[in-house]
Amino acid sequence: MRRLLAALILVVGSAVASAAPAPGTLPDPAQEARARALQKELRCLVCQGESIDESNAPLAADLRALIRARIRAGESDDAIKQFLVARYGDFILLRPPFDVQTYALWLTPFAVLILAAGVAIWVIVRAARAPKGAA
Amino acid sequence: MTGEIGQLALCLALALSLILSGAGLSGARAGAALARDVAVASAMGLLVFVALAFGALTYASIVSDFSILNVAQNSNTLKPMIYKITGVWGNHEGSMLLWVLVLSLYTAAIAVSRQGGERLVSAALGVQGLLAGAFLLFILFTSNPFLRLDPAPFEGAGLNPLLQDIGLALHPPMLYTGYVGLSASFAFAAAALITGTRDWARAARPFMLAAWIALTLGIALGSWWAYYELGWGGFWFWDPVENASLMPWLIATALLHSALATERTGAFRSWTLLLAIAGFSLSLIGTFLVRSGVLTSVHAFANDPARGLYMLILIVVAVGAALALFAWRAPSLEEGASFSPISRETTLLFNNVFLTAATSAVFIGTLYPLALDWLTGVKLSVGPPFFAVTFSPFFLAMLVLVPFGPRLGWTKGDGRAALRALAPGAGIALVAALAVLALAVPRSLAGAGAFGVAAWLIAASIIDVRRRRILSPSTVASALAHAGLAVTLIGIAGTTLWRSEALEVLAPGETMNVGGYTLRLDGVEGRQGPNYQAARADIAVLYGGRTLTVMHPERRLYPVEQQDTVETAIRTTIANDLYLALGDERENGRWTVRAYVNPLAPLIWLGALVMALGGFAALWSRLRSPRTVASVVPVPAE
Repeated sequence: MRRLLAALILVVGSAVASAAPAPGTLPDPAQEARARALQKELRCLVCQGESIDESNAPLAADLRALIRARIRAGESDDAIKQFLVARYGDFILLRPPFDVQTYALWLTPFAVLILAAGVAIWVIVRAARAPKGAA
Repeated sequence: MTGEIGQLALCLALALSLILSGAGLSGARAGAALARDVAVASAMGLLVFVALAFGALTYASIVSDFSILNVAQNSNTLKPMIYKITGVWGNHEGSMLLWVLVLSLYTAAIAVSRQGGERLVSAALGVQGLLAGAFLLFILFTSNPFLRLDPAPFEGAGLNPLLQDIGLALHPPMLYTGYVGLSASFAFAAAALITGTRDWARAARPFMLAAWIALTLGIALGSWWAYYELGWGGFWFWDPVENASLMPWLIATALLHSALATERTGAFRSWTLLLAIAGFSLSLIGTFLVRSGVLTSVHAFANDPARGLYMLILIVVAVGAALALFAWRAPSLEEGASFSPISRETTLLFNNVFLTAATSAVFIGTLYPLALDWLTGVKLSVGPPFFAVTFSPFFLAMLVLVPFGPRLGWTKGDGRAALRALAPGAGIALVAALAVLALAVPRSLAGAGAFGVAAWLIAASIIDVRRRRILSPSTVASALAHAGLAVTLIGIAGTTLWRSEALEVLAPGETMNVGGYTLRLDGVEGRQGPNYQAARADIAVLYGGRTLTVMHPERRLYPVEQQDTVETAIRTTIANDLYLALGDERENGRWTVRAYVNPLAPLIWLGALVMALGGFAALWSRLRSPRTVASVVPVPAE
């Protein structure tokens, strides 16, 4: 517990200390947070499975600058995404859209969860009614 | 000569695997003692000849015998000796040979262990023989590592520099020990279905544990390698290759828990069999994904389909046969379980519900884009945001339930006593969550939740160990494994939610700030490595005006392979990692420097080690007294 607290304090310390803005970021922290959140949702098209938030590639740097310019111009997150999808296709979205092509993708995990939970409850009910002495 | 010896050894191994499958499967009948002896002998012989082939390839690589195509394509005289050895499995053909070597090791171990009755072992050996034969055929016909090259070139092409690294050198053998280790559970499950053995899970458990430990360590090693070698500061990218190793781990975890119930009370017998089949099936699918080239592009796969097609057929046949066997025989093995809704069985059932759903999320997220591209040509990305809303909540929900399992007895548990025992844990969890919410900047609800769950798990593990009258190794094992998960969770939460980063272009003498540290570039100098040229930076790390240390991130150019790599410099303390990567050289001697402070990052891998330690404790208790330990699963001491 004591170690956990110590670790906590250290996390807090390092997070507080990192307040200084890096160059190239937006002066408004709310806008910068939006830019960062958007960056994490967009794929770096020339890399293997990285977001443009973490990529070193020049294309990613260009897209980061583009996002900031558009945020500064007052565009909404959705408008920026739509612009990028129009330019590069759905492939750029790390969060796949929810449409006819992806219903199966998005719904399968939840369907499996509901199905598995249903089966589990059925097994539990049946086991509770079964005659004792199996164990 | 070396190539011919290797080739011959592979052919003999193939012959032995066929004998093994025939003898093993006929030894499954009662009274076929001779067949069983033949099976055991051929299992040993299989290991000897596969090891000989592997040794031949290793020798060829060590002495740089470029008359062997595989060595010429993947090695080089300038490569350091350690990477000449580990480079053997740094390419497709060699890694498939390693796959079969590990399979033969498990086969020999099954032959030696002789747990679970002669007929069961014999049938399991037969199944292993079929698998070994299928993969040896695959190697001989599509991926032969001993093909000759005439004339032999003077120098080899070298190994991908990213692979010339000790983390990645150890990652594949560890991962394969896990992947292929699940073949033993698969073989025992199939053998149980063939012979009608109900009590197979006990015999298979040491192999399940070994596979799970190796998968845990293998995944952790891979993630650690990606962290320090790729230079992005990330540790998990939801990349299909990573997902391919995560799925067998999730199912192996479910299997370990479900098999516990089957062994102890006979509950979930069919389900445990199905998990054993599913675990190895996912290993096969993972091998297919990584080895067929389907991931780089479904079209690259279509252009050279021999390997991928063979492996697909192998998967369909192996999985299909196992499932058919399951559908035919499993109902006769099932016996209706009887347990109260408040019991350990119930908690294990929900462990399996969440793990299955989490696996389905990884499965569909990995394969859906491939299938969609294949069928319609539409390209789709399934990245971290998808898994954050599917996988993560399922897994966290499971973690919340974990502490109840060990506190509830089999068949009928005392719910009130469990709640009373765990109440202090809930208190600690609440305090931890509120403390993080109040103190950590930026404020994060997800972070508070993660710390709360982690504190809950660790507290519950301590409570569980303290409340037992007799401390058995299996209690220690589960406490360690569950606490290890919590430690990893803390590391993941700290790193993803509170990381600070900076990217700047510095001239010598200039400074930058990241997470409270001041970094000063003191210079970049050229350095000559054994098979690379490096630019090595001296970066002084200052904290509160005091110089803490000087760090040396590097950029390397491997001239033979014509490839750049980044060698990060990481300063690890208990609290955080200071992570530096040297970027491109700009005009006037200026350099790009990328710096991260990753709070609590080391805990990600420390947690995996603790989990593996838990696995070792369980394995040790099983190997020490395989028969007795299972029956002294202690009841809560109150």
